[in-house]
Amino acid sequence: MAGAPRPEDRPLSPHLSIWRWHVTMASSILHRFTGMGLYVAAILLSVWLMAAAAGPEAYAQIEPHLAAWYGQAVMYLIVAALAYHLANGIRHLVFDTGNGLVPTDADTSAWFAILFAVAAPLGLWALLSFGA
Amino acid sequence: MSGTQRSMRSPLGRVRGHGAAHEGTGHFIGQRWSAIALAILGPWFAVAAALAIRDGGYTAAIDFLSDPVNAVGVILLVVIGFYHMSLGMQEVILDYIGKPFTKVALLLLNAAVPLVLAAGAIFAVLLVNFGV
Repeated sequence: MAGAPRPEDRPLSPHLSIWRWHVTMASSILHRFTGMGLYVAAILLSVWLMAAAAGPEAYAQIEPHLAAWYGQAVMYLIVAALAYHLANGIRHLVFDTGNGLVPTDADTSAWFAILFAVAAPLGLWALLSFGA
Repeated sequence: MSGTQRSMRSPLGRVRGHGAAHEGTGHFIGQRWSAIALAILGPWFAVAAALAIRDGGYTAAIDFLSDPVNAVGVILLVVIGFYHMSLGMQEVILDYIGKPFTKVALLLLNAAVPLVLAAGAIFAVLLVNFGV
């Protein structure tokens, strides 16, 4: 169909690959990406709950995976995804009120959400390792 | 390319004349109230569960879930979290999946999986508290 005449002069969406990357675009993509990651995290949460309810033998099946380096890495990434989705979600709730939509403000808040996603898991890790 | 007005609607869409489905508002509002609830429940669970369960294994997990406040909090997290993620994934599927069969299959899966896992997770919390 390449080269076929377009029936009507309808507006076209620019293809993703011709956009220059900017932080508000990254923040939007990250929101969906972390949302889908948290979908998997919620499935893991329900598996953890059901393993705990099923008794010590069942729990012993999953516990080595929680303690292993890859389990710890996954939990670290889940906290990072949760922190990002939380901060960017609050950003979107502010957008819903009509505020924060000026490009410079939207850029600043997008960077803040990304920064929070880096800082929050580090903070929780530090709390677990050195605090309380 | 004549002087016709540029429109987002296709000729077929204009002929069919269905317009909007008139059920998007419920999705929009549900996404937002659940977001506000999860902005509290999510960070609470991440911090409280991490502090209570680190290095503790099975008994620490059971102790955490046996506390009434934690049990109610986890049940709320599961119900509202699975609702929120089902709404979010529905939006992603509708945005990116064009083939009707694949789309409907994924929408059904996205309706069923969170429901089944939520039922299992809630039963698990109840079993920890009231089971034999």
